[in-house]
Amino acid sequence: MLEINAGGMYYRDLNQKIRDAVNSGEKDITVRNVNGQYYIGDGLRGKSTITVEGVPGNDLAAFMDGPTLVIRANAQDNISNTMNTGKVVIHGNAGDVLGYGMRGGKLHILGDVGYRVGIHMKGVKKQAPTIIVGGTAGDFFGEYMAGGVLILLGLNNDGRPIVGDYLGTGMHGGVIYVRGEVDKNNCGAEVGILDVDDEDVKVLKESLTEYCKDMGLSLDEVMKKGFKKLIPVSLRPYGNLYAY
Amino acid sequence: MFKSLAPPEYLATIDREKCIRCKRCIQNCGWGVYSWGGDKVLINTSKCVKCLRCYHYCPEEAIEIVDNPTRFKQNAYWGYNHLRNIKRQAETGGIPLTGMGSDLPYTILFDSLLIDACQVTNPSIDPLREPMELRTYLGKKPSSVEFEKGRDGKLKLKTKMPPQLKLSLPIIFSPMSFGSISLNAQKVLAMAAKECGILMNTGEGGLHEDLFPYRDNIIVQVASGRFGVNPDYLNAGVAVEIKIGQGAKPGIGGHLPGEKIPLEVARARMIPVGTDAISPAPQHDIYSIEDLRQLIYAIKEATNYKPVSVKIAAVHNVAAIASGIVRAGADIVYLDGFRGGTGAAPSIIRDHLGIPIEHAIAAVDDRLRQEGIRNEASIIAAGGIRSSADAAKAIALGADAVAIATAALITMGCTTCGKCYTGNCSWGITTQRPELTARLDPEVYAERLINLIHAWEHELKEILGALGINAIESLRGNRERLRGVGLDTQILDILGVKPAGR
Repeated sequence: MLEINAGGMYYRDLNQKIRDAVNSGEKDITVRNVNGQYYIGDGLRGKSTITVEGVPGNDLAAFMDGPTLVIRANAQDNISNTMNTGKVVIHGNAGDVLGYGMRGGKLHILGDVGYRVGIHMKGVKKQAPTIIVGGTAGDFFGEYMAGGVLILLGLNNDGRPIVGDYLGTGMHGGVIYVRGEVDKNNCGAEVGILDVDDEDVKVLKESLTEYCKDMGLSLDEVMKKGFKKLIPVSLRPYGNLYAY
Repeated sequence: MFKSLAPPEYLATIDREKCIRCKRCIQNCGWGVYSWGGDKVLINTSKCVKCLRCYHYCPEEAIEIVDNPTRFKQNAYWGYNHLRNIKRQAETGGIPLTGMGSDLPYTILFDSLLIDACQVTNPSIDPLREPMELRTYLGKKPSSVEFEKGRDGKLKLKTKMPPQLKLSLPIIFSPMSFGSISLNAQKVLAMAAKECGILMNTGEGGLHEDLFPYRDNIIVQVASGRFGVNPDYLNAGVAVEIKIGQGAKPGIGGHLPGEKIPLEVARARMIPVGTDAISPAPQHDIYSIEDLRQLIYAIKEATNYKPVSVKIAAVHNVAAIASGIVRAGADIVYLDGFRGGTGAAPSIIRDHLGIPIEHAIAAVDDRLRQEGIRNEASIIAAGGIRSSADAAKAIALGADAVAIATAALITMGCTTCGKCYTGNCSWGITTQRPELTARLDPEVYAERLINLIHAWEHELKEILGALGINAIESLRGNRERLRGVGLDTQILDILGVKPAGR
């Protein structure tokens, strides 16, 4: 167990410290007094667990490949940008454009998220990313989605809409699960809304068991409400766009 | 299905007297123009794109491809393409696509610029017998350098140099992805880059493992689709390029059509087989110069501070944008003019958006000099470099190096037919069909591309020799050695070039 005091530290120095610690084999790292430093965990590899105390800055876990980051506060924009593998757990709200182009690993958020979350996620059979949002999401959730799994729970939404407009616009792969009802008017034209089947419930239970454990929630409570499944209606949503 | 009211552009014809029915034309045509009719070769000429593959492989020279003499009535205002596009759009409701750079007759400033030469008062240099330096370093240069004396009494550079990309000559290959071109075509580029001491660029489609041996000559690209981007990829090459825009299609994203996404390409991009690979118009994590800076440094953090290039299309306000890019921390600004090539772009975008590269180089170089930040980044100019003369003029206007793509593809057989987006390229370049890509033997064609680069290298040296200078560095931004022919005062002012005769 290693502690790093990030108070007043420049991001480049802080990240170098974290990288050195991970490279020297430190498995359990706590970073205290974080206050908006960019790029924590950027391009980081290995299997270490890094606990962040304080609010980290933008591009947290960008291009990350392996480690687990636990954020005990809110977080900002561009988290898990093009992340490859690993896990990010945020015990709070987070900002815009989370998981852009994400290729694998997990992003678990307890609270609400902003616009364009989970856009252009990718996936192949062996490697696919999962983002689970406990609260609500803004517009363009899952835009251009090409693979992976997005789960939106809308817990404690106090009557606010679970998700904004243009849900899944341009989707051509992957799957989005939304807890509760989905209004077709909020969705992109490329999205089909289905009821979940047994296979989906299996996927949901598996992902949500881990999520609930991370967040200290009850799986039964989360699964009480029904889910809707959103998938692309076409592999080539723009196949007829061109004359020749 | 009714017959299209857009008549075929070309007529594929076979001289039946000469034809020996060997069927090589049927095998070679990727477009399905020819088929076997039992006793003779049948021709569906509406599919012909005049790529001339059949012509070259006909052993009897029996094939002739002619422009269709049956044209719409000639009209100086309503051009052939206007009518043809309207008719095709009326039939399909779609957007006409095209490959290659724009072929419309806009003014070509390269052709209105002439290079100086020495006579009597200053001696020219013979590059065949005297050293001639083309070596180019791309990257940030310090605004001043300090030296210190080492223990051995010799002077040593004290200033820590930012990372530099070393080129044997100021020509690199423009980004073309695995998907848009075949893996064999990428191999040709990689092999030639290695042999010539220059660089190729992966484009946005990941780095195939077959290219790993060439990593010292590769720039990897990150664009809005983020295809193939992971920490290994970012660290695989010598630099990383963020692609914001492309000269042929400024401001719009990319669609690699599903026809060009077989299993191997799908795997490299991590998307389903046969879907269109969508690169969104903007990168949604970049809405400002500040956001660009954030991505530049996210990449630098992930690569232990490798040089980062930012590629933009040349647009009206290119100088201010380039200034922002330099201030955002880019090591290289890559400018792509509107003549730049493409694998697929709506022709309406390709032919009507952006500005020519000649204007852009001059404007950006001026602006960066005025702001005192020209040393902070190198400029790569691309978008229609057709010869070493274009390259020399681009460098004299202010570029550090030029990038070529179409010229490189022409060495592989390309005849600029402009149908790259169909995935049927009969020369095996812009296709993923295995029977077509197998035609492009990387070793054979790498040699041709190496020949081209060496030829241009000799030509550049001859130009420098005629100018009486012995290093490309002395030509860089040296607009005094250019003169304009037939250009108006305002354009001369923009280019910072005197008219011929002055």
